[in-house]
Amino acid sequence: MSLALEINKKQLNEDSWEEPYFINMGPQHPSTHGVLRLLLQLEGETIVGCDPIIGQLHRGVEKLAENLNYNQAIVLSDRLDYIASAANNIAFALAFEKLMGLKVPRRARLIRTIVCEMARICNHLLWLATHALDIGAMTVFLYCFRDREWLLNIFEKICGARLTHTYVRVGGVRLDFTQEIIDDLYKFTEEFPNRIPDYETLIDINRIWLKRTKNIAVVSAEEAINLGLTGPCLRGSGVPYDVRKFRPYDAYDEVEFIVPTGKNGDTYDRYRVRMEEMRQSNYIIKQCLDKLPETEGEPILAEGAPDLLMPKRLKEPKPMPVPKKGVVFRGADKPIVPVGEAFAAIESPKGELSVYVVSDGSSNPWRLRIRTPSFVHISAIPELTKGHMIADLVAIIGTLDIVLGDSDR
Amino acid sequence: MIEQLLNLLNIEIVKVILAAVIMVAVTLLHVAYLTYAERKIIARMQQRLGPNRVGPRGLLQPFADMLKLIFKEDVIPKAVDKPTFWVAPFISLVCAGAGVALIPIWKNFVLSNINVGLLFILALSGLGSYGILLAGWSSNSRYALLGGLREGAQVISYEIAMSLALLSVVLMAGSFNLGDIVNAQLNSPFKIYLIPQIIGFFVFMISAVAECNRTPFDLPEAEQELVAGYFTEYSGMRFALFYLAEYAGMIVMSALAVTCFLGGWAGPFDIPYIPFFWFFLKFYFILFCYIWIRATLPRYRYDQVMGLGWKILIPLGLANVFLTAIFKLIF
Repeated sequence: MSLALEINKKQLNEDSWEEPYFINMGPQHPSTHGVLRLLLQLEGETIVGCDPIIGQLHRGVEKLAENLNYNQAIVLSDRLDYIASAANNIAFALAFEKLMGLKVPRRARLIRTIVCEMARICNHLLWLATHALDIGAMTVFLYCFRDREWLLNIFEKICGARLTHTYVRVGGVRLDFTQEIIDDLYKFTEEFPNRIPDYETLIDINRIWLKRTKNIAVVSAEEAINLGLTGPCLRGSGVPYDVRKFRPYDAYDEVEFIVPTGKNGDTYDRYRVRMEEMRQSNYIIKQCLDKLPETEGEPILAEGAPDLLMPKRLKEPKPMPVPKKGVVFRGADKPIVPVGEAFAAIESPKGELSVYVVSDGSSNPWRLRIRTPSFVHISAIPELTKGHMIADLVAIIGTLDIVLGDSDR
Repeated sequence: MIEQLLNLLNIEIVKVILAAVIMVAVTLLHVAYLTYAERKIIARMQQRLGPNRVGPRGLLQPFADMLKLIFKEDVIPKAVDKPTFWVAPFISLVCAGAGVALIPIWKNFVLSNINVGLLFILALSGLGSYGILLAGWSSNSRYALLGGLREGAQVISYEIAMSLALLSVVLMAGSFNLGDIVNAQLNSPFKIYLIPQIIGFFVFMISAVAECNRTPFDLPEAEQELVAGYFTEYSGMRFALFYLAEYAGMIVMSALAVTCFLGGWAGPFDIPYIPFFWFFLKFYFILFCYIWIRATLPRYRYDQVMGLGWKILIPLGLANVFLTAIFKLIF
């Protein structure tokens, strides 16, 4: 809206009056990846102004978490970036564990790393699918969905859910891996690197694809940092920043992997970075699987991890049961969770996802704040689209890899 | 005497009407099953099943779609320019489909054998873009207007290249009549113009894809960018008419490619009892290529399409005309 007002003011002061051509893209548009609304000002097909309007998917996750206990808050995290919900689970769990001072067993950390990387591959496959579809390549879309289906089936075996897993718990994970899952994952890690060339042959050296992605939305390293881009968008500009390397969490300090970076910072480089990341993720999963037998028989939940279940309402209130750590129990005498604050950041598939939690000692977080990559990336759209065409705008939305559930929270 | 003349006239008229009805029916059936074939082939290429519910192997799917679209409510937005809005899909369909009447499927087996057949088809395809332009304009919608504008830009960059490619064929054959063009090809290697006119064929095929607004040149209706482009505001049967026009356009362009470059009905040897065999073999192969391209390629950008048309195809087409003329002059 601000843009429209600004232009109107400018127009009124001038003698010659030309009506600016506004177009309202979204919230219901095939390629705004959800309910993003963009107010575009066009000259012909060239974009002169772009004003993203978000909030159509706002559910108040941060506020809702204040009324739920810590394990329940993790359920909300699934609904942020619903394409890679395992990664969000981990961000929440890490913050809460830091707050409670829990030490996660190694087996649980390895399992979490595997799940997180599976989520990354899922996310990148879906990203490639929709990005290619936006640019018009239909077949890549279905190839990617075919392989994503495979991973979702493994997820289903792991935790029973395909999209919103809530697999991670405060202090560990919910269920242990069975041998069947490990076998499935081994099969996947062996086969998946052969699948990537399938997509690459379709678009990698395709002249139309190159024309549509090279030199589109070029971001220099400095600009990328100033815009607050993280994840593959930042690495595409040549900044090798990856939370997994710089502040390792879970089992990332045990595995080795390369952080791929681009050179020019254009759409094509970001595409290359993500393709390489999928290979690296696959490699990480393989390493973690190799390490898993060493931890056979270890618990998957930290000692003193808060209970998942709500206490049953007792028929006779007295004698008062001693509250377990972290259990919803209003009006407890002593703090269930240490009073204080904690911050955790992870490298989610879309960028840096960080959670800041403040506790007042009760069973619920007193305040929860989430920094999501999509929100920041959407704020970069006006900067990136300037001077490009409508067709490029679609490619830019794709390359930033945004999910509106993530941005609106 | 007069009665006899009238009788003769009547019989002629009846014949013509009957032929026309048969032609329309055959064309519409082709259109219907082209949509089915496209869905099935693309589904196979993308590891899906495609339509398989209506009838055996989904063979009745086109009719189910047609019925559905006919019975849908025909919403006409208030702000549209009604007469233009009504007439635009019909302009598209008629101009795209009428070309079938001029295609010689077999020796003298053609509905209207006119001397300027090639020119007539070019004129029709040029007019067909008016349907899209008017649809985009009359819809009074911003997406539709952009779609219409894109169509306008695309037409001026491709019609010329296509005409140039066909002009060299006319130079070779020395006639605008499509039947004569096929007959002239019988003397060239393999009874086709593909080898001497390879550049022309290349230019023509790209322009033909652009002419039919098919991927990678489906800019006017680019659904990822402009929702549905020029027919954003259309619904029901009117919406379907644009699709019919697109597929009828594909049929005409494929048939034209077969006639002008691939030797029409002529084949390496005659197949007894199946006179149309070679024509339809080539024809279906080119249609398959259209579908194949759609499954493979991403979409060009608006300015890149213009660049391709003006900077590559038109110079190539001109050079081809020049070369053909020299070739004609020497031999």
